[in-house]
Amino acid sequence: MEPIPQPILDIRGLTKVYPGGLKALDNVDLEIRKGEIFALLGPNGAGKTTLIGAVCGMVRISSGTINAFGEDLARHWRSARQRIGLVPQELGFDMFDTVERQVGYSRGLFGRAPDAKRIEEVLRSLSLWDKRGEEIRKLSGGMKRRVLIAKALAHDPELLFLDEPTAGVDVELRRDMWRQIGALREQGVTVILTTHYLEEAEEMADRVGVIDKGRLLLVDEKDAMMRRLGRTEAHFALAAQLAEIPSALRDYPVTLSEDGRTLCYRGGDGTGKGKAEVAAVATALVQNGVVFTALDQKESSLEDIFVDLVERQGLAA
Amino acid sequence: MINWRSTFAIYRNELSRFRRTVFGSIVSPVLTTSLYFIVFGAAIGGRINEVGGVGYGAFIVPGLLMLTLLSESTSNASFGIYMPKFTGAIYELLSAPVGVAETLLGFVGAAATKSLILAAIILTTAMLFVDYTIAHPLFALVYVMLVAASFSLLGFILGVWAEGFEKLQMVPLLILTPLTFLGGTFYSIDMLPSPWDKIALANPIVYLVNGLRWTFYGQSDVSIGVSLGLTLAFLAICVVVIAVIFRTGWRLRS
Repeated sequence: MEPIPQPILDIRGLTKVYPGGLKALDNVDLEIRKGEIFALLGPNGAGKTTLIGAVCGMVRISSGTINAFGEDLARHWRSARQRIGLVPQELGFDMFDTVERQVGYSRGLFGRAPDAKRIEEVLRSLSLWDKRGEEIRKLSGGMKRRVLIAKALAHDPELLFLDEPTAGVDVELRRDMWRQIGALREQGVTVILTTHYLEEAEEMADRVGVIDKGRLLLVDEKDAMMRRLGRTEAHFALAAQLAEIPSALRDYPVTLSEDGRTLCYRGGDGTGKGKAEVAAVATALVQNGVVFTALDQKESSLEDIFVDLVERQGLAA
Repeated sequence: MINWRSTFAIYRNELSRFRRTVFGSIVSPVLTTSLYFIVFGAAIGGRINEVGGVGYGAFIVPGLLMLTLLSESTSNASFGIYMPKFTGAIYELLSAPVGVAETLLGFVGAAATKSLILAAIILTTAMLFVDYTIAHPLFALVYVMLVAASFSLLGFILGVWAEGFEKLQMVPLLILTPLTFLGGTFYSIDMLPSPWDKIALANPIVYLVNGLRWTFYGQSDVSIGVSLGLTLAFLAICVVVIAVIFRTGWRLRS
């Protein structure tokens, strides 16, 4: 039996209460595995950025422990921080400096020896090489965001935090960044990203965590979460009004609309069972002489799951 | 253990900012100081007798040098740490493997270096207007470095404290400059009538200006030992305050 690999980041009982009394993080436990892409989802003010800030040194924690690379971050912060990179949500750099100089500065700041070749590689990988001599203020918003990523990658971090990396960028650039993040995974970099775009998490993440009001509601493999919480929804538009659900469909999770014109199926588990049952329902309708004129079917997305979780949490509170 | 690469990165980055703004950073203080020499040294100074056996034009050189050192050291260091706070780039410094030692050596070292470069330029400029000598050049260099470092530390504290550009300017403009003008830059404390000659001794800048004046002409209104002691004490207080800022994260970490 293979030994269970040590998590690259191990957070226990992390709590942050701001001076005004706001509890931004409430007893958060989280393990991040080496080499994975972990997406932290949550609405505004959920505690995503505070969690990142607590690991990266911008936020002083109220209680709890953080272990990074197997060592207590509070005691071994110097060695740990050399191996962690951060792409913040807001654009923050010396706008009057050039791209290449700022990226080189970041490498030095994190204690790495100057390496022009490596800086060139990073800049080329982000399509910034041609802009290396430009003042950052002259770049477009998307290019500025790439500079932030280049700065974070300049010291070759093993653990990279991306706080809303694609907020406010166009679709093309967003997809480009997804490719970049995918390439980082190939290189063995562990990535933790926060995002509002559930499509982003669905596209890239291995595991997903949902946070709201400082509490981590759920952490699971993305695919397992989709299987466990995923649903298929299908609406059959009927040619003629039905008074009741045909007896052949009693075993399926179907409902009839009040006007008797639409039959709705809600079921499945994200493994394909839902699709198979919709097909079976359609066959049963035909076999029972019930004619339908249209079929609208959709699989629940991570977004549906997320909204459902947060809403349920709100009702429970 | 100090991370020297990080320290050097901060130092070089700060000096790079200085190079980008070299015109404003050098021309403005040199022009201002030249005007002082023209007005007080040549125009008015010609009508004033020697002060303690030193021509008036030469007498004001240490004071004007101190004026530049104090204002430039304070504003350079305060601007150096305030700007990342203002632009949001502070995140990088806070998440980097740097502590109080690297940050101070980087930011304060760069601010002090800029001040020393300016001091050298101003001394050279002064030669164009007045004849002066430096009796204890090595002592003068050490003293200038000490003052530049001390007030760069003060500037760093101000930069951390300031939440806007107005506050950033407040201490240099409303406290340091008036105290320097009243601190014997243009006159000897002996020239003040009683009780102002005694009250003037409550102004800490008097000890700085006179300390530097002693290194130039071997004479001053106050003992060089007292000047040196006060400067070292001020430096130590600033280091302690900054250490506390880093330990508590005041105005830096949330």
